Amino acid sequence: MLGLNKKDARLLLIVAGMVLLAPILLNPFPEGSAMAQFNAGYPDLMQRFVIFGIFAIGFNILFGLTGYLSFGHAAFLGAGSYAGMWMLKLLSINVIPAIILSTVVAGIIALCIGWISLRRSGIYFSILTLAFAQMAFALAASVLTPITGGETGLQTNLNDPRIFPEFLGGGSSVDGNIPKPSLFGLEMTDSYELVLGSWEWTFNWGFYLSGLIMLCAFYVAIRIFRSPFGLMLKAVKSNQQRLNYTGLNTKPYMLACFVISGMYAGLAGGLMAAMDPQVGAERMQWTASGEVVLMTILGGAGTLIGPVLGAGLIKYFENIFSKINKATLEVWFGIFPDWMTDLLVTIVYPFIGKGWHLTLGLIFMAIVIFLPGGLVQGGQKLASFARRDRKGGGVEGPAADQRNTPAE
Amino acid sequence: MGILEVQNVNKSFGGLKALQNVNLSVEEGTIHAIIGPNGAGKSTLLNCFVGKLVPDTGSVVFNGESLLGIKPYQINQAGVSRVFQTPEIFADLTVFENVMIPCFAKRDGSFEMNGWRSVSKDAEIHDRAEQMLTDVNMIDKRDMTASSLSRGDKRRLEMAMCLSQSPKLLLLDEPTAGMARADTESTIELLKEIQERLKITMAIIEHDMGVVFSLAQKISVLAQGTVIAEDLPDAIRSNPKVKEAYLGTAAED
Repeated sequence: MLGLNKKDARLLLIVAGMVLLAPILLNPFPEGSAMAQFNAGYPDLMQRFVIFGIFAIGFNILFGLTGYLSFGHAAFLGAGSYAGMWMLKLLSINVIPAIILSTVVAGIIALCIGWISLRRSGIYFSILTLAFAQMAFALAASVLTPITGGETGLQTNLNDPRIFPEFLGGGSSVDGNIPKPSLFGLEMTDSYELVLGSWEWTFNWGFYLSGLIMLCAFYVAIRIFRSPFGLMLKAVKSNQQRLNYTGLNTKPYMLACFVISGMYAGLAGGLMAAMDPQVGAERMQWTASGEVVLMTILGGAGTLIGPVLGAGLIKYFENIFSKINKATLEVWFGIFPDWMTDLLVTIVYPFIGKGWHLTLGLIFMAIVIFLPGGLVQGGQKLASFARRDRKGGGVEGPAADQRNTPAE
Repeated sequence: MGILEVQNVNKSFGGLKALQNVNLSVEEGTIHAIIGPNGAGKSTLLNCFVGKLVPDTGSVVFNGESLLGIKPYQINQAGVSRVFQTPEIFADLTVFENVMIPCFAKRDGSFEMNGWRSVSKDAEIHDRAEQMLTDVNMIDKRDMTASSLSRGDKRRLEMAMCLSQSPKLLLLDEPTAGMARADTESTIELLKEIQERLKITMAIIEHDMGVVFSLAQKISVLAQGTVIAEDLPDAIRSNPKVKEAYLGTAAED
């Protein structure tokens, strides 16, 4: 299917299914129940899942395949956001030109930064990219204020020029309200709400547009992973010396890879601007670059689905885990005697709410130590356990051993 | 006029003169061995052929083209492949992928933006890689990770990778260094067979006299950075200067 082998096609279909059903899958708990605060099926968060998924997929093309660790990908994310915002302000409120331009602009910036940074490898490459990203952040926050809005950032305004207001269907600008980013008249914030019993599901246009774009991005990533180009990138990670003596010029391969990766980040940035039309310089800060590194390693660097899972996990923690407060804990532990409730609350409290970073850090450490292949490796281990149990059941003694050996 | 002509090559590192007026001519279709005691400048000379070092003066001409000042990948594209002292392979990749990479490099050149094609659907490359692995008797190991191979198999794999590009000149830097006797013999057989079948020109740097005399059709002897003799194996064996510089001490072992 689509030039993919069976396994990859199945993976793509699974991801497509998950995106399609995300509003239902992420809202497993009925509204009003005690567990309802763990529901993640609201538009803002779902959009963030897929947009950061794109960001991480792109980062993984660089880091997962070639092993070059860039600490400056937030620069492309931010540049994409600014470019997208300017399209929404100047051209039309339609999101298509915004997304296209943000990808192109990020690609051009990645070409310049990559041209210089790729002269070095290893830690020096990481430091160079970090330096460029911090320069971009400083520029955006101060010198380039006319373009970036400085510390206040950029928003869509009522008096934006928008030279083609009706371009590609434009958007609504009724009664002096600030128009909302839209796709051929469909506003990104528009949702269809479905109430079924005590469940409430929100199907949001913005999420489905981002989800569709993520699926395309995921498909392109699979193609790159399975192409001769991807094979050469893996060879760069494995043995650059041999690659040079094999008649391959590593420089254009690395530069192309860096630019593709930057364009993914730009696409994600453009989508962020399209979903929520405001952008500030903090989007370029080094913490944002670090976050995508965490996502990729958590999920499994070099795997296809890993970065998407990692992005989901981190965004879930950031938005859901951080909302648990002391009162919630007291309700949960209320079944115990008072002194025990107090004790448990005291122990657990530092790990929740604003302390969610602490929990994330512990999880990150556990994964790096016990599952260096990330969540994907964890999944594979579980799957192989399950297989062994199924196979081993019923057959006993040496026969079972024999059958199981090749699988290990 | 040989396929590789080295003329008046000098190279010094600081005060140390590693190569002094080295002249060498490798005839097409032969196995040419370069021998010499430790520190004679063998590896320096080889590095001048592959673009890793640039000689201070002199010329290195391969097939009518100068090899000086061009990058390793360009030298490979011109038809020179290199086998390293310790096998340099893509350790994280499978044996089959290892062989496919040089096949791609041979067919598509030093860079091609082929991110949309599929490796697994490229029948031409697959056939070629399978053929090469069959030639070195490794087809049953095609799906193994290269890092898990034995030393001898890594060497075979590296040979298959180099040969898959049908090079005009194959440079071998101590191909049997650190190998068990059986592996050394099988490597000699492999090289002989390749030379008979494909008529590839080879330049071998070697320590092991047994290997040199069972393979080489011509031998150059380097000592202290200069070529002290270049002749047929039998003549080298009886050359008094060579005996003094090299074989004399080796014979006493």
